[in-house]
Amino acid sequence: MQAKGIAHKYGDNIDTDVIIPARHLNTQDHLELASHCMEDIDSDFVKRVKQGDIIVGGYNFGCGSSREHAPIAIKSSGISCVIAKTFARIFYRNAINIGLPILECEAASDGIDAGDIVEIDFDTGLITNLTKREIYQAQAFPPFIQKIIRANGYLNSVKNK
Amino acid sequence: MMGMTMSQKILAAHAGVSEVKSGQLIMAKLDMVLGNDITSPVAINEFEKYGFDRVFSKDKISLVMDHFVPNKDIKAATQAKQSREFAKKYDIIHFYDAGRMGIEHALLPEQGIVKAGDLVIGADSHTCTYGALGAFSTGVGSTDMAAGMATGELWFKVPSAIKFNITGKLRPYISGKDVILHIIGMIGVDGALYKSMEFTGDGLKNLSMDDRLCIANMAIEAGAKNGIFEVDNITRDYMEHRVTSSYDVYHADADAEYDTVYDIDLSSIPHTVAFPHLPENARTPDNWGNVKIDQVVIGSCTNGRFSDIEAAAKIIGGKRIADGVRCIVIPATQQIYKEAMKAGYLEQFIDAGCVVSTPTCGPCLGGYMGVLAEGERCVSTTNRNFVGRMGHIKSEVYLASPEVAAASALTGRLTAPEEVL
Repeated sequence: MQAKGIAHKYGDNIDTDVIIPARHLNTQDHLELASHCMEDIDSDFVKRVKQGDIIVGGYNFGCGSSREHAPIAIKSSGISCVIAKTFARIFYRNAINIGLPILECEAASDGIDAGDIVEIDFDTGLITNLTKREIYQAQAFPPFIQKIIRANGYLNSVKNK
Repeated sequence: MMGMTMSQKILAAHAGVSEVKSGQLIMAKLDMVLGNDITSPVAINEFEKYGFDRVFSKDKISLVMDHFVPNKDIKAATQAKQSREFAKKYDIIHFYDAGRMGIEHALLPEQGIVKAGDLVIGADSHTCTYGALGAFSTGVGSTDMAAGMATGELWFKVPSAIKFNITGKLRPYISGKDVILHIIGMIGVDGALYKSMEFTGDGLKNLSMDDRLCIANMAIEAGAKNGIFEVDNITRDYMEHRVTSSYDVYHADADAEYDTVYDIDLSSIPHTVAFPHLPENARTPDNWGNVKIDQVVIGSCTNGRFSDIEAAAKIIGGKRIADGVRCIVIPATQQIYKEAMKAGYLEQFIDAGCVVSTPTCGPCLGGYMGVLAEGERCVSTTNRNFVGRMGHIKSEVYLASPEVAAASALTGRLTAPEEVL
């Protein structure tokens, strides 16, 4: 499984309130949520983002509320992968559970700039910065989590059991 | 065999094994699965999409309509309706709607629905509150909630822990909120990422249940998976008339390993306020400066309990709040509302010029009942001060104790209570 796209870069502690503000939590419609993705921190994001693009964050990405609307909004806006130094734990679970690939990698978070074209191989954890001709190694998922991702989400893996 | 923390012992017991280690992935049985009117509809959609047609237990699921209920708009009304219909279809015992409802994390402990030794998940990040009772309790997303409702079990990665050894006694007008804001200021918003925060020590006898619930509630603001307090006589007394079934008490082994141990002397904790826009921006009064405010919110799952309302009433009662300040008081449950009414506190708030509302999470997350305009500032007893959390992206939230919030309402600027006594 691979992804390739343009990087959108953010800092540390990107919280779920800026990913999808609570004033939009009165809906569960994925496209409507996507249309407000990142609006309180980067109002142009929804205009810039293209299918396959990548979000790069710093430490503690996705902190705050447990709203699954946050990874849903990111995934539905076309983002194929989020790379960060660390993820807040509920966001980490939620992303895996809904099938949004996420990778923890300090070197990639430091090395990738906004606008860089990045290619990711999820099987090996290799992140290639095509713009800068750099390669970063992310930690691969443990087998248990790989199984959830292969089943395309947690409920599929539960249902198939 | 290596020693285990309190959290690890509860996880091991619910996974049916004698030992777990940090980092280990386990499947564990759940005692309670919680959702609210925002997260439950997403879970219900998933539950139905995957063709589940029964819940694992109708009395181990709690659905609490607290975030945008009483309904704030048509879309919110539609979501609450979906939850209501699901609760009816599956005969969910612990379904709480407007009129019976309270803010979930105040309501469940109050009603004895969660107890010591339980393994609780909730599709709300502040589910970590129930660690105050000696439960392992953690926030999850809606897919986890759906899986939990269907199967009664969930996967967990066993956390390592940070130990907080509590000693001493809080000074007057200092409360649990100051303690947790002080700790978050010390370790940062990701200082406990993926970990348990375990609170123990002989100072616990000086912390009320309301203080402990407030402290455990904000463990998530340090990134923690859970916060948990050692069970003592104060916990047992609290549960005595609320919890009808038996409960299990787990103590950490003497040789349990901790990533870090902090000593917290309660007598040294000052008034602490988290400045915008992160809960770790903790400041003591000498660093507050002159912060003029437009609004005060006293309530939420963090500080809407009886002792919080009482502390605010004792400062505001008999006085008038400052001109140009809107002070919104929200008792967290119907029971607290009634007790505050009987004690005369609600009348004191109204006479002072405050708004008193039925329980709702409303303003905390910028939903309704106190949304901020551009440039406005609020001193709030809630738990988050992120950009745009309570309204406009150019508004500001200062997280504070009920004592500081009440004093600030009287002066119209961020104020320590000693100044207005």
